[in-house]
Amino acid sequence: MTGAILSPANEAELVGIIRDLAHAKAPLRISGGGTRMKFGRPVQAATSLSTRNLTGITLYEPAEMVIGARAGTPIAEIEAALSEKGQMLAFEPPDWRMLLASSGEPTIGAVAAGNLSGSRRLWGGAARDSLIGVTFVNGAGEIIRSGGRVMKNVTGLDIVKLQAGAWGTLGVLSEVIFKVVPQPEASATLMLEGLDDHAAIQAMIAAVTSPFEITGAAHDPEAGKTWLRIEGLSFSVDYRADALAQRLAPFGALRRIDPQESAKLWPRIRDAAPLAEPRDQVLWRLSLKPSEAAKAIEAIRAERAARVLYDWGGSLVWLATPIPENAGAATIRRAAKAAGGHATLTRAPEAMRMQIPVFEPEAAPLAALGKRIKGAIDPAGLFNPSLMHPGA
Amino acid sequence: MNAIAFPLPDADILARRAAILARLAAILPPDCLITSEDERRAYETDAFTAYRRLPLAVALPRNTAEVSAILACCHAEGVPVVPRGAGTSLCGGAIPQEDALVIGLSKMSRILGVDYENRLARVEAGVTNLAITNAVSADGFFYAPDPSSQLACTIGGNIAMNSGGAHCLKYGVTTNNILGATLVLVDGTVIEIGGEAMDAPGYDYLGLLCGGEGQLGILTEAIVRILPMAEGARPVLFGFDTSEQAGEAVAAIIAAGIVPVAMEFMDKPAIEICEAFAKAGYPLDVEALLIIEVEGADAEMDATLARIVEIAKRHGVKTIRESKSAMETAAIWKGRKSAFGATGRIADYICMDGTIPTGQLPFVLRRIDEIVKGHGLRVANVFHAGDGNLHPLILYNVNDPDEARKAEEAGNDILTLCVEVGGCLTGEHGVGIEKRDLMRHQFSETELHQQMRVRAAFDPAWRMNPAKVFPLEGRLASERT
Repeated sequence: MTGAILSPANEAELVGIIRDLAHAKAPLRISGGGTRMKFGRPVQAATSLSTRNLTGITLYEPAEMVIGARAGTPIAEIEAALSEKGQMLAFEPPDWRMLLASSGEPTIGAVAAGNLSGSRRLWGGAARDSLIGVTFVNGAGEIIRSGGRVMKNVTGLDIVKLQAGAWGTLGVLSEVIFKVVPQPEASATLMLEGLDDHAAIQAMIAAVTSPFEITGAAHDPEAGKTWLRIEGLSFSVDYRADALAQRLAPFGALRRIDPQESAKLWPRIRDAAPLAEPRDQVLWRLSLKPSEAAKAIEAIRAERAARVLYDWGGSLVWLATPIPENAGAATIRRAAKAAGGHATLTRAPEAMRMQIPVFEPEAAPLAALGKRIKGAIDPAGLFNPSLMHPGA
Repeated sequence: MNAIAFPLPDADILARRAAILARLAAILPPDCLITSEDERRAYETDAFTAYRRLPLAVALPRNTAEVSAILACCHAEGVPVVPRGAGTSLCGGAIPQEDALVIGLSKMSRILGVDYENRLARVEAGVTNLAITNAVSADGFFYAPDPSSQLACTIGGNIAMNSGGAHCLKYGVTTNNILGATLVLVDGTVIEIGGEAMDAPGYDYLGLLCGGEGQLGILTEAIVRILPMAEGARPVLFGFDTSEQAGEAVAAIIAAGIVPVAMEFMDKPAIEICEAFAKAGYPLDVEALLIIEVEGADAEMDATLARIVEIAKRHGVKTIRESKSAMETAAIWKGRKSAFGATGRIADYICMDGTIPTGQLPFVLRRIDEIVKGHGLRVANVFHAGDGNLHPLILYNVNDPDEARKAEEAGNDILTLCVEVGGCLTGEHGVGIEKRDLMRHQFSETELHQQMRVRAAFDPAWRMNPAKVFPLEGRLASERT
């Protein structure tokens, strides 16, 4: 099987493959459309398995605000189906093809497995918050369903959430079910110019702690611009845009940008496009307490060159930095920790992802618990071995 | 009503009771350890009062270190543990057993810190749901999930049952509003999960903890999301001649791109019971009532409600009452929020909690009526229409064993129906002991075993809240039953 990519056409084939691999104790690398293969600790596995042939929407009930699809279904197909009924995924799933210089089609299963959320995460929650059901194949080749198609469900342990962000280390997802939301009738993006990082953070906090339901808050220091997005019914958006401008007057004049400009802007922020080049720099993804974000970046910059992009009102910071000195891992992780958060090495050469922990190392008791959970679902360690942590 | 089995108490533990209590007494001061039979009585059941068992003893620790020491002691002695918040569980989640120590979090009820800039609060697990909102409301913030028992229920219990409430259509349930937790594992190990940033590193342990029903450890502290309050909130009340019309109106509102903060449904028996109790001004000449609440500034609410009223009219609404004042708003909600209490005044009842796909609503309501009438009983329906979470209240007389048995049977039939139409056994109350033996209706044996193996990653010897969630028969061979 070495070198080949197995692409089962249905769940039964998937089960057959996993049972064979379990019997042979042969680990495998799992992918969907393969657009994020350059993320994570490099997986040492002779076999690759892709869910790209497990496609198709299996359930869509607009009145119930729920959609289900096989894991390999392209995100584009999901979004087109939702759009036709005036709905969307609540969390604005990002596309990392530009960041990672990859090709292929991002899939709905990978978005679930990676818990990948874009700018709207600030208001709409993360991918895991919308994920209400999964079907996966465990390390024994058994089909396991958890959750379902209803949004309120506390029947049994929530293995749905456990799968979100496990990056395929806890099974091969074959089907996922998300709750969805109506597309906003109207949207307004308000822009502030010329704020330094500290002032921008304060402006974003003032916006996010207002009652105006901010669905995007981002700051690009190089452009010298800070953006705030309001969405909803048209009369609400107009009212809230004015009210927000009054509240944020101490930070300068808010200018409502052209809708076409706005439509181009948010996908660029979602995908961290301003930091995609130059490609010889590594990219870190810092998850921080918003109030401490600018301070954390200042501390990092005191020690090394860094370009940044703030999203989620400052709770997410993308950081590009040169490769030397271990990509600044020690400095960056120390600063992130001091800011109540952690850092993920999202883009780096393979050798570097082997040497520097891609995911934040866990405290010993938590790491031990993680290994026991992995063992409960994938006892032979078949799925994406060591992708998140060495030996896990 | 004694259809639900409890495991036989471990005679060895009962025999060693004095020695075990002596060890606990070395950890806790006398006012934190309840051993007398009289005082233990207060802990023998929760809001699922048909079942009760006297616990071995009750520990009331004051901090995480004491919880850790108690659990380490129980671990060494092989004693099962039953965590308890306020004891408001409707599914018996906090009901003890004779050989188990109850660990009550009532002395850990402080709000440790509020951080408005980052929209979070750090609280102890025994704080009540409403106390969090009360602590931040003067500054214009609130904690979103609002179960009906929010005056009494604790955040630790909310997390254990992943509680919802009337407003989760917009704000989500507990799992969507928790950022971090301090968890004490069964052997006393203290771990920190999540944190103050939006995304936590590693596996989503917090997601597993929400709805873990106290089987994975004892949660002692939590970091919760607080949100800025809307500028205002206002309900409108609609009466319809049929529940089909009400259901269609709900679907049409969602299709129009409007997600109100709450959409609550009541059927005729529920309307009558609540109106008699709360004098909320509910119409008595309709078959179904919807309470729909919107939020925002006055002008926003006017415009949104105008759209909603327009949709309701297209679906044959008979009565429309828009709240014109804070007093009217309170009255409209008082009726709905007192539904359980008001029902309790006229009869004993068991409250079901299944969730169904909302498209199945008219069919399921018809079937519920048939099922309950088939058992010679009455039912009142209140539920969260936006998300399909039903709360049929089956009325019966607790002193009539035959009626009690019929009520339990009717309840089981209703939950089985919920699963059959694509829903689930419990939306926000939890499985506890009440729905434990129905789990095979929802999950295959393979799936239950997978869940039990994940559970065993936390509690391999099956000592944390052991009689709950999973059927007693068919547990993994290594586990105690």
